[in-house]
Amino acid sequence: MGQVPSRLGSAPAWVGYALVPLVNITLAFLASGLVVLAIGEDPIAAMEFLVYGAFGYAEAIGYTLYYTTNFIFTGLAVAVAFHARLFNIGGEGQAYIGGLGVGLVCLAGDSMLPFALILPLCIVAGAAFGAAWAFVPAYLQAKRGSHIVITTIMFNFIASALMVYLMVNVLIKPGQMSPESREFAEAAWLPFMHEALAWIGIEVSRSPLNLSFIWALICGVGLWLLLWHTRWGYEIRTLGHNESAAVYAGISPPKVIVLTMCISGALAGFVGLNEIMGVQHRLLLNFTAGYGFAGIAVALMGRNHPVGIVLASLLFGALYQGGAELSFEIPTITREMVVVIQGLVILFCGALEYMLRPRIEALFRRPAAPQAAT
Amino acid sequence: MAETGQAGAVTAPAIELRGISKRFAHVHANRDVSLVVEAGTIHGIIGENGAGKSTLMSILYGFYEADSGDILIDGQPVQIRSSHDAIDAGIGMVHQHFMLVDTFTVLENVVLGAETEALLAGNLAHARAELARLERDYGLAVDLDAPVGQLPVGDQQRVEILKALYRGARILILDEPTGVLTPQETDRLFEVLKALRGQGVTVILITHKLREIMAITDRVSVMRGGEMVAHRVTADTDREELAELMVGRKVLLRVDKGDASPGAAKLKVEGLTVRDGSGVTRVDDVSFEVRGGEIVGIAGVSGNGQSQLMEALAGIRPFQAGRITLGSEVIDPADPRDPAQMRALGLAHVPEDRHRMGLVTAFEADESSILGYHRDRSYTGAIMMKMKAIVADCLAKMGRFDVRPQQPHLRTANFSGGNQQKIVLAREMERRPEILLVGQPTRGVDIGAIEFIHQSLVAMRDAGCAVLLVSVELDEIMSLADRIVVMFDGRIVGEVEGSRADERTLGLMMANAMDDAA
Repeated sequence: MGQVPSRLGSAPAWVGYALVPLVNITLAFLASGLVVLAIGEDPIAAMEFLVYGAFGYAEAIGYTLYYTTNFIFTGLAVAVAFHARLFNIGGEGQAYIGGLGVGLVCLAGDSMLPFALILPLCIVAGAAFGAAWAFVPAYLQAKRGSHIVITTIMFNFIASALMVYLMVNVLIKPGQMSPESREFAEAAWLPFMHEALAWIGIEVSRSPLNLSFIWALICGVGLWLLLWHTRWGYEIRTLGHNESAAVYAGISPPKVIVLTMCISGALAGFVGLNEIMGVQHRLLLNFTAGYGFAGIAVALMGRNHPVGIVLASLLFGALYQGGAELSFEIPTITREMVVVIQGLVILFCGALEYMLRPRIEALFRRPAAPQAAT
Repeated sequence: MAETGQAGAVTAPAIELRGISKRFAHVHANRDVSLVVEAGTIHGIIGENGAGKSTLMSILYGFYEADSGDILIDGQPVQIRSSHDAIDAGIGMVHQHFMLVDTFTVLENVVLGAETEALLAGNLAHARAELARLERDYGLAVDLDAPVGQLPVGDQQRVEILKALYRGARILILDEPTGVLTPQETDRLFEVLKALRGQGVTVILITHKLREIMAITDRVSVMRGGEMVAHRVTADTDREELAELMVGRKVLLRVDKGDASPGAAKLKVEGLTVRDGSGVTRVDDVSFEVRGGEIVGIAGVSGNGQSQLMEALAGIRPFQAGRITLGSEVIDPADPRDPAQMRALGLAHVPEDRHRMGLVTAFEADESSILGYHRDRSYTGAIMMKMKAIVADCLAKMGRFDVRPQQPHLRTANFSGGNQQKIVLAREMERRPEILLVGQPTRGVDIGAIEFIHQSLVAMRDAGCAVLLVSVELDEIMSLADRIVVMFDGRIVGEVEGSRADERTLGLMMANAMDDAA
């Protein structure tokens, strides 16, 4: 009687959460080093530029964290959907439309409302627009069984076309060629981090990093609380693990699907806070720049846990910023080469994740070495 | 432990294991295990879950290598490092969960992995001839050209047996072969095993069902806690002795229960009809009632509508006609309730498949132990769940139901079958429901836990609860139920007082062979 331990036991938690990702990143950089060698450059120097470019000085850190902010939002968005076993590929479109919501609030309110009112309105608008864009695919999945992967991809295209139409025909500032709105009044600017820190007497270099970074971290904590400490999170996870058990427990799968996707879309929509309200201060095209898709890799690497996602976002932010610096310092390593390096990191940490994990965990699983078999 | 008398000791035993030991990290799965299996016999190996039966057979079949010990086949020492070696040594294995490709035909499945020629056509022709011979010799008839996925479970198992024989197996290991079979299919399997024995094949039967051991085996070995504790000639032992050897203490196989004192009807079902998604009628105009303080058992071969009936009563599955009355609450198809509403009406449900429905195996035990009650105010506030209260509640339930280990944070999947079932039972029973629906309460559960589960159900009855029990184990229905209702093809074909039920009559009703039943 009593416990039947799982047949092979399990490896200590730190192996899964720390060692395996570390080995994967190391392998990714080794492979990248080979690529750099192949084009005749020094991989050690390239690595130094990459790390220095991401973390070497205050402005670099600011840029890294600015990119990190976007990855946290989209990574969390993918992760929450994934806990309900929904694959939200539509983060890109939801971020785009979320940004539209933020921009509309700023354009409408910047001349008459104080910042203290615009900020919460923008947060609500970003969330609501992003959620609305996720709601339609979610509803179709829940009620009609249309596969959410297909519909969310389609909605990315619809979002893109809609934005082009709006920017070219409706929101463009009259008298100019580029499809951009007028610049918001300063009342609708989310303060930069260097400005915010200056108010409390800390001087740091200028960078695009703004207060939305704080909001991203708050969202991470909030999502952790939601998933593991509320009954809604409990229902999301139950549905994700076992739909029959969810129905048995009186959970309505369609309701949970719609709720989860709306939360997911809202999180993606917050990219607009960072990009539109925080940095660009106007509405424009293509500000999402692939962050929605990168969120999938971020969530995968962060194992769908907010802590993991923040760490993975930091890595991706560093690669974006350090990569830009690298291609500037070593011109033969072009922007495209940097994309290759980023791709290798995604490949090793995401796609090849399960190549090494079982073996590494097996190494730590059997402390009692088997005696020689006869 | 003492060897049993060796009947035909002239020929070497088909299998001899000497001092097999195997450790996994901290667990001694097999400790100095020795076993002799005579050629041409059916040898049973029994033991509770975790006793080391499966590990021992996995060593014999080459999935694991033993840390120490010797394996002799037909008196010759052999090294078995992989299932390939095992097949070469003439060992075949039929797993509990079949290893078949559903979309392939029987013939293709048999050939899969044992192809001798490059072209498929030649292989299939060769296999067809060989299978015709096997079918003749052993009475293993299966439609060779039917896709495996469309065959009944019993036939799929035959395909597994054919696969092993096709590969030249003379020693056949069956791991819990009857877990998925109906009583009739079990009988047919036993016929096949006897035919195999008649042709000189050695059969090793791993099970925890004492009835099967007594019915079919020649000898039996008992494992407990990774060790071999006894070998017996089946004819010289009985169920009580084997149960005691398995558990290590006296076990009450009969359920000790007094007479029922039923009160008012708590659950009334009238003309209930359930059709599934494709329009097939699964439950057909079923009426019965369950009074407080009695256990009503629903007997029947699995697949005759019992599952759909239970799901309809629990609010999981919609029904198309009829009425369900719980106390004063009347539910009809126009006014359905979801499972949460049914729970609020005092109905608790232990589903027949705890992995598919009753638990979330990936959850911690404390999370699984609130499934369905997670909106209850004792577990959640307006926003945040009361994690401490949930853990404390789970720990208290684990104490009262003797769940081991008592670790609320352990993943549900890491508990044994019996302990998982106790987690479900504790969750559903501790609510003191008015009505308790119980499906297959002891499927895949250790014998020691079965005793406890049966006693708990009787205790619920004695406390005034209306208990509706569905089980494919006739023994279980007969020993627990105060009234037995028999279902066949979605209809109720008979009703018997529990005290007057006998296996023969029930069996005939279950096969719908008694027109004048009830």
